[in-house]
Amino acid sequence: MLSNRRIPAAAALAAAIPLALAGCSGGTEPAAEPSGPVTLTWWHNGTTDPIKSIWAQVVADYQKAHPEVTIKGQPLQNEEFTTKVPLALQSNEPPDVYQSWGGGELASQATSGKVADLTDAAKDWLSSVGKLAESWQVDGKQYGIPWEQHFVGFWYRKDLFAQAGITAPPSTLDELNGAVAKLKQAGITPIAVGGKDRWPDAFYWNYFALRACSADTLKQSVKAVKLEDPCWTKAGRDLQAFLATQPFQPGFTGTPAQQGAGSSAGLVANGKAAMELQGDWEPGTMSSLTEDKALDSKVGWFPFPAVPGGQGDPAAMLGGGDGFSCTTRAAKACADFLRYLGSEPVQNQLAAKGAGLPMTASAAASLKTESLKSVFDHGQKAPYVQMYFDKAFPTAVGAALNDAVANFFAGQGTPEGIVDAVNKAAAGDK
Amino acid sequence: MTTTATRVRAAARPPAPAVRTRKPGARKKLELTFLLGPALVLFAGFVLVPIGIAAFYSLYEWNGFGPLDDFVGLGNYADALSGSVFQGAIGHNLIIAGLSLVVQLPLSIGLALLLNRKLRGRAVLRALVFAPYVLSEAITAVIWLLMLQPNGFVDRMLRGAGLGGLVQHWLADPGIVLYTLFAVITWKYIGFGIILLLAGLQGVPSELREAAALDGASAWQTTRHVVLPLLGPTIRIWVFLSVIGSLQLFDLVWIMTLGGPANSSATMATYLVDHGFKRYEFGFGSAVAVILFVICFVFALLYQRFALRRDTDGALTRMVD
Repeated sequence: MLSNRRIPAAAALAAAIPLALAGCSGGTEPAAEPSGPVTLTWWHNGTTDPIKSIWAQVVADYQKAHPEVTIKGQPLQNEEFTTKVPLALQSNEPPDVYQSWGGGELASQATSGKVADLTDAAKDWLSSVGKLAESWQVDGKQYGIPWEQHFVGFWYRKDLFAQAGITAPPSTLDELNGAVAKLKQAGITPIAVGGKDRWPDAFYWNYFALRACSADTLKQSVKAVKLEDPCWTKAGRDLQAFLATQPFQPGFTGTPAQQGAGSSAGLVANGKAAMELQGDWEPGTMSSLTEDKALDSKVGWFPFPAVPGGQGDPAAMLGGGDGFSCTTRAAKACADFLRYLGSEPVQNQLAAKGAGLPMTASAAASLKTESLKSVFDHGQKAPYVQMYFDKAFPTAVGAALNDAVANFFAGQGTPEGIVDAVNKAAAGDK
Repeated sequence: MTTTATRVRAAARPPAPAVRTRKPGARKKLELTFLLGPALVLFAGFVLVPIGIAAFYSLYEWNGFGPLDDFVGLGNYADALSGSVFQGAIGHNLIIAGLSLVVQLPLSIGLALLLNRKLRGRAVLRALVFAPYVLSEAITAVIWLLMLQPNGFVDRMLRGAGLGGLVQHWLADPGIVLYTLFAVITWKYIGFGIILLLAGLQGVPSELREAAALDGASAWQTTRHVVLPLLGPTIRIWVFLSVIGSLQLFDLVWIMTLGGPANSSATMATYLVDHGFKRYEFGFGSAVAVILFVICFVFALLYQRFALRRDTDGALTRMVD
């Protein structure tokens, strides 16, 4: 009797599984795209203002223009995406739109088969996004669209530079070293770096590599995930020489990048250090870490200086961007929403409210400060922009690189060791 | 295994006539089903099955997407155990566990004995000591991360007290960072130990102290030979919780140092997240998780068998003499 009673339950379960599978596979076919009301779940990193309120406005505006579409935004912390997106892409209900930083991470995600190929959906308007969109391509297929771009360079305090007698921002490595020496003489910490978080350390190695390696070498090495050219070791040696000048705040390997007044951004914001190599998000980070309302007028920007003896273009920039990817269930509706994010009104708002660097030059006119406009101009004029290596490489390789550079900052390892760490991780060694 | 199982069953069955046991037996079955059933389902679904799945994943090289088709056997385990970073991480966990026993335990006992006396403001002191334990580990970590920055609160306090020579790069010096973290862990968890021991002290009958006093025992002798032995069960439970907690240490380290600088404060759990989740190497991460689980499980079993058996005798392990 007992065993008999179990059968219906088991049968029901067995029947439910194919149903569930059918439900999931039905959604992967573009033909099954519903023409009726669509609800888009949207995972973004807009947890704080200004971006939080901009996204709320964007949703309201878009829904007004498209009554058949409902967008459910869900803000997540940056760190949450690394764990939640892989899990969601294995489940039957991934978000329809999710934050994506392109590069190797997106390539890994695309292997799940749940990330939508937007090549066709976006072909009419993709050119307006610009070259940065290439970083969201995997094997020539467009798996996501960026909506803002980022560039890395030196943020500096004009008041502290003047105090140390530095008249112009350095444009060569020698001038940078000279500025470091002058600042030290004046009793000012020259450069702050958030060594605890590792990725700020990696910016230095990235830029020395950009200056040492030719554009072709960069392209081929990133594609092959293999560092063979001697220029990669030169990057490490240049970094070694730079570290030897001891330009950073004491105890920098334990300093967080963005938390509190003692963080690297906080040190610059409060006039405790003169420079920091950071992305264009730095003014926003700094303003939340200081009471100084006039901070914007005290802070300037200059690109990473030219380094002698390399094959890289001294005007090449390190950067990346923020984008969104779609999953297959509602790819068409999602793509149209992404088109809207790249449109003039949204881009203007992003620039005007200081949320980031827009994709288009016309929107860049709305940028709030001269230094941000300068970052944008340098980015536009750069012969090429290299995506941060930790994002450009597959995730495991990028993490291995950042770890090796952070260890190097802590006094462990060699320039060759950093190159080895990347090649080993690329070969699958732990 | 078989003998113990039958012995347990034999012991559990009441020696009553067979005719009378039938109805209560059925009732008991029903009770067990209703009372234990939900818990067992939850335990199986959220503990046993995930452990099994992790063990399964750990045999594959897998980035979390697509099919599991790259079977590597025990390769992930070999990679993890032979890596110097993971070996270092195990060592750091053991150092924290060892320091907890050597430093936190005497400190907790001493403070508990002190706070058990009738002294002015005892309730306030008890609340103060216990307060850090109420904070979440993440908040504790952020507070201390900010206070331990160079020229931060800690440094200024030390300089203010004329102890400027003691100032260190608390979180940046690879030789010091682990001990800094241990100090923060102690700050956070000492209150828990004290509360546990205070509860244990309530169980020490005052008659025994009085008797010892009448026999001419000094305060130290009373403490050493009467109070401490009676605190034994509480201390053994504390040791158990403390060692397991030390082996699983994660939140505090992750927020304060990310295991750095140069892996000098990595623990098994930070290594797991760093090399499993953050690198999309879920097979490898699962192997690390299984290793962590086995270490904790083996410790728990051995400790239950050899240290806790007196305390749990008759409660959990009836067959132990």
